[in-house]
Order: sequence, then C-alpha cells, then structure tokens
Amino acid sequence: MAEPILLREQQYHQIKAVLARLRMDASAKVVFLVDKDGQEIASQGEVGNLDTTSLASLAAGNVAATGGMAALIGEKEFPTLSHEGEKESIHISVVGRLLLVVVFDERSSLGLVKLRSKQVSHQLAKMFEEITSADYDDLDSPFAGITDEDIDSLFS
Amino acid sequence: MTFINYASREINCKIVYYGPGLCGKTTNLQYIFDSTAPQARGKLISLATETDRTLFFDFMPLELGTVRGFKTRFHLYTVPGQVFYDASRKLILKGVDGVVFVADSQEERMDANIESLYNLEENLQSQGYDLMKIPYVLQLNKRDLGNIVPAEDLAAELQKKGEPVIEAVASTGQGVFDTLKAVAKQVLTELRKG
Repeated sequence: MAEPILLREQQYHQIKAVLARLRMDASAKVVFLVDKDGQEIASQGEVGNLDTTSLASLAAGNVAATGGMAALIGEKEFPTLSHEGEKESIHISVVGRLLLVVVFDERSSLGLVKLRSKQVSHQLAKMFEEITSADYDDLDSPFAGITDEDIDSLFS
Repeated sequence: MTFINYASREINCKIVYYGPGLCGKTTNLQYIFDSTAPQARGKLISLATETDRTLFFDFMPLELGTVRGFKTRFHLYTVPGQVFYDASRKLILKGVDGVVFVADSQEERMDANIESLYNLEENLQSQGYDLMKIPYVLQLNKRDLGNIVPAEDLAAELQKKGEPVIEAVASTGQGVFDTLKAVAKQVLTELRKG
C-alpha cells in the first residue's frame, strides 16, 4: 500500500487561505483542491449543497480519462480542462499530483479563471511538495494503538 | 491512497470492486447504498451506458464511524467489467487501498473470472502495486443460481494468497457487508502497521 498523505492542521489552513484568495481574485463560486486519485483535500466558497466529494471523484476521473487520451496521441497530459455550461462552468488545472478545480458563473470569465489559477499553481505545488516530503514522526497516528475491537466496532 | 486530514480529523481510503462483466460489482454498491442511512453515505454516482452497463465507474463515499476521534470514510469504486474497457480499469486502480474481486459463480463464467483476475494482477502491476501485498478479498457472487461451481472448486481456482473468501448473493445483500468489512479491516490493519 502506498504511503498515506498526512495533512497537518496548519497546512490545511494555509491551503484554504490560498484557495480563498484565488476564489476572490477569480470571482469564482467555489474553488477546491483534489488529489489525482479523487480525494478532496480542501474547498473554499459557496459550497452549500454542492456534493464536493462526488465532484472531486468525477474531476479526477475526467482528468484521468483525458490523460489517457493524451498518452494515446503522444502527449504527456492535457494540463487544463474547461467545461462551459449555460450558466455554470468548471475549469480544472493539473498541478503536479493535484487538481485545482474552479467552479464559476457569469460573474467571471474563463480567461480570468485561467490566469488566476495559473498564478497560484506554483505556490500550491510547492506547498504540497512540502506536505508529502515532510517528516511526520511527531504526529500521533490515529491507528497507532488501534485494536481489532476498535475496527470491529465500526461495523457493529 | 489513504488521506489523513488532521484539521478536519478525517481518514479517506479507496476500495475498488473488480471482476468480469455482469458479475455484480455495481449490485454490491447499490445494496450498500440502499441499506445505509443517508447521513452515512454520499450519492451513488454511476457512469453507465444506456443499457445500464458500467461505462467508466460507479462511486460512492461511505462513512463507517469514528476511530480515535477520526471520521473513517471509504470511497467505494467499481470498474467496468467488459473486456474492452481495460484503459478505464487501469485508471480507476490509481491510488487504491484495497480490492474486492467479485467472481461470478456460474459455470459458464469461469473463464471470464480467470481472465479478469489475471487482468487485475497485470493492471495493479502497471500502477506499481502487487496483488500479493495489497488488502484483498475474494467474493463468490450469485450463489443463489442453479448452474454454479461448488464454492471450494471456485476458491481453489481463484484464491491467490489465503485471502478471505465470502459467498454472496449481492442482489439480496447476502455477504455484501461481510465482504466490505473484510476488506476495510485489512486496509485499517495495514495503516496500523504504518
């Protein structure tokens, strides 16, 4: 099994702050960061009833599928994807092993979202690099002292 | 890949249901969805063809409860079973924490089971995983049908490494939660090992 991704509270809030600024600069409705495997890392904005877990999974599936197509025609990947609807649109940019997903409406434009997303991509990539390469020996694993009974109790 | 968020105190793991076409992978998820309280699960997303065959994947997040103050959430995925969707199957295995192989117990599906299992091993390898090391459960589905292979013979043919073998009838729910529990337990046990 691959090493889990561990996200500290402080790192989480740093990421949220970057997403909040992007949301404001891009006049977006919702901004969220997703791992390429489909795990939502953080979100910011008018989440309301939006099912961000499903959206994260589908965004990752979307990028994976277009990445597969890219490989078939000899491209490494397609670094950005845009889906424009009548009122709501989605822009996805690939940032290393992360996906930056921006949901926006007529209050913004694709050009602005693209520009602002690109501006924060480097910062987010660097932050995530630090997250995955850091030492976590000081963190108490929630599993360290877990017993078989603890696990069984999840199913009772 | 497991994701542990210390801020929201959440643990997310990914389980993939694999197996030949029409073996009952989606039926497993549908049963879990139907028999779980709405507050414990998200939507069941099915990317299917007009004839209800899985085109890309089914997805459902399921919250099992709390371990040491951390909410434990499993993301359940199925793959499309039909042979020609192999590229999609590879993609869905990315970041997997545990696999359920759903075998179709009917005699005429024996070859399809073997082919799919071989395909699973190959696709796991292409993503850098080893079936012999990953949390894994074998489910023998459709035990209610008439023309089935005896469970011992199926297990003898398909069991890879002493993994739990669970007889099931996914359409009625028999064995469905036992299967999920068996794989989830292995995933959590792996995490405990660190």
